[in-house]
Amino acid sequence: MALVEIKGLRKSFKDLEVLKGVSLTVEKGDIVALIGRSGSGKSTLLRCINGLEETQGGTIEVGERQISAKMAGLREYRQRVGIVFQQFNLFPHMNVEKNVTLAPVLTGKVSKAEARKLAEECLAKVGMLEKINAWPEQLSGGQQQRVAIARCLAMAPELMLFDEVTSALDPELVGEVLKVMEDMARQGMTMVLVTHEMSFARNVASKVVFMHQGKIWEEGTPEAVFGDPQTPELRAFISSTHH
Amino acid sequence: MRSFGSIDLLSFTTAFQYTVLLVIMALALGAPLALGFATMRISRFLPVRLLAAIVLQIMQGIPLLALLMFVYFGLPVFLGIRMPPLMAVVIAYTIYTAVFLGEIWRGGIEAIKRTQWEAGASLGISKLQQFRHVIAPQAFRIALPASVGFLVQLIKGTSLAAIVGFIELTRAGQLSAAATLQPLLVYSIIAAIYFAICFPLTLLSRKLEVRLHGSR
Ligand SMILES: Nc1ncnc2c1ncn2[C@@H]1O[C@H](COP(=O)(O)OP(=O)(O)O)[C@@H](O)[C@H]1O
Ligand SMILES: [Mg+2]
Repeated sequence: MALVEIKGLRKSFKDLEVLKGVSLTVEKGDIVALIGRSGSGKSTLLRCINGLEETQGGTIEVGERQISAKMAGLREYRQRVGIVFQQFNLFPHMNVEKNVTLAPVLTGKVSKAEARKLAEECLAKVGMLEKINAWPEQLSGGQQQRVAIARCLAMAPELMLFDEVTSALDPELVGEVLKVMEDMARQGMTMVLVTHEMSFARNVASKVVFMHQGKIWEEGTPEAVFGDPQTPELRAFISSTHH
Repeated sequence: MRSFGSIDLLSFTTAFQYTVLLVIMALALGAPLALGFATMRISRFLPVRLLAAIVLQIMQGIPLLALLMFVYFGLPVFLGIRMPPLMAVVIAYTIYTAVFLGEIWRGGIEAIKRTQWEAGASLGISKLQQFRHVIAPQAFRIALPASVGFLVQLIKGTSLAAIVGFIELTRAGQLSAAATLQPLLVYSIIAAIYFAICFPLTLLSRKLEVRLHGSR
């Protein structure tokens, strides 16, 4: 049974239909890369999976459970699904440790006494252990993003969503974040990520999904999608990303 | 007539304590209501938001003095009970604090980006926890200079309570001036006392303001 099963998903903002019947299956351990032009609905799809947006049609099932922005138990569900945003969204008034442990402590996942140890473990996974007492504003963008990933890991999610997590970074900082994501992939984390890093999609993803005008236009293995694109839209998109 | 002396200073001291009491009560009762009013102003429910907006418009449109007179002279007519001056002024200043401090705090809360709420929500913490741990501390920092500024307004505003016969600092001054016929001296002293309290607070507010905008 697939971990994520999306069928005919529709989403509009007022009159603007942004997702026009999207169907997508994500198996456990899959690394799904969403690619496509800006405005094609990639972020909206991720936000729907996280229950951040109300939808107008279709279904989202995660772990055989129907997901919606208004469902009972949304909070418990979100504790099992991590999402990392382009702008990091760390809590600026808390140090790194507190950022990582706030949710696990408030939701009763760990006691206050165990929290420090949890923070250390999660920060070690993203190579940020030595910054445990730092404040967000003292960190580079790449470091902040790695803390944001550690913050999600602290909830021990079974699914991670990434929305262009390297797009706001200086080019020299992109690699350190991608490396963390690659490590997570290797350890079997199920991930759905929106990315403009085509080499990452090519090398790490198990499935690449090309979105266009609110629809899944083409999908397949990286080899198929990049090596043998079937539609002119995908061909145009791929050649536009070559520099 | 008698000459100005220690008896006047003594009465100022006592009256000053009432001024302080009034300020403390207005804050103690008004601040929780201010928080409630701020959340009403940003409520997801239109009727709640509308109600709060109307209350704000009304309060912004009437002078504090009129509110005070309404509570002291007006309310008893329609409730059929007489209120002691202390109760009337506490009610009036509590309402005043709830609305205007609430409006300052609403500004602070709305200054925090929606993505901070979302970051909390996506971690699976409740709306109340998002507010309490993520939004409120940041909003408080932003609203602090204006809140201290409001405190100065409130302290000065308590002088209006003299009108309903509540003996706070200004009223004590009036009585003393009438008894000694030395208004210049008396009101100079009264003014100096207000100034001695409010001026440092004003400086503090300005300093907090600079720190807030200097560091971000
Ligand atoms: N909150 C919103 N309100 C109105 N329109 C939105 C909102 N969020 C996204 N959109 C619109 O939906 C479309 C898809 O956006 P998005 O999912 O962010 O695309 P992508 O992530 O692929 O760039 C865009 O046209 C965008 O302007
Ligand atoms: Mg996007």
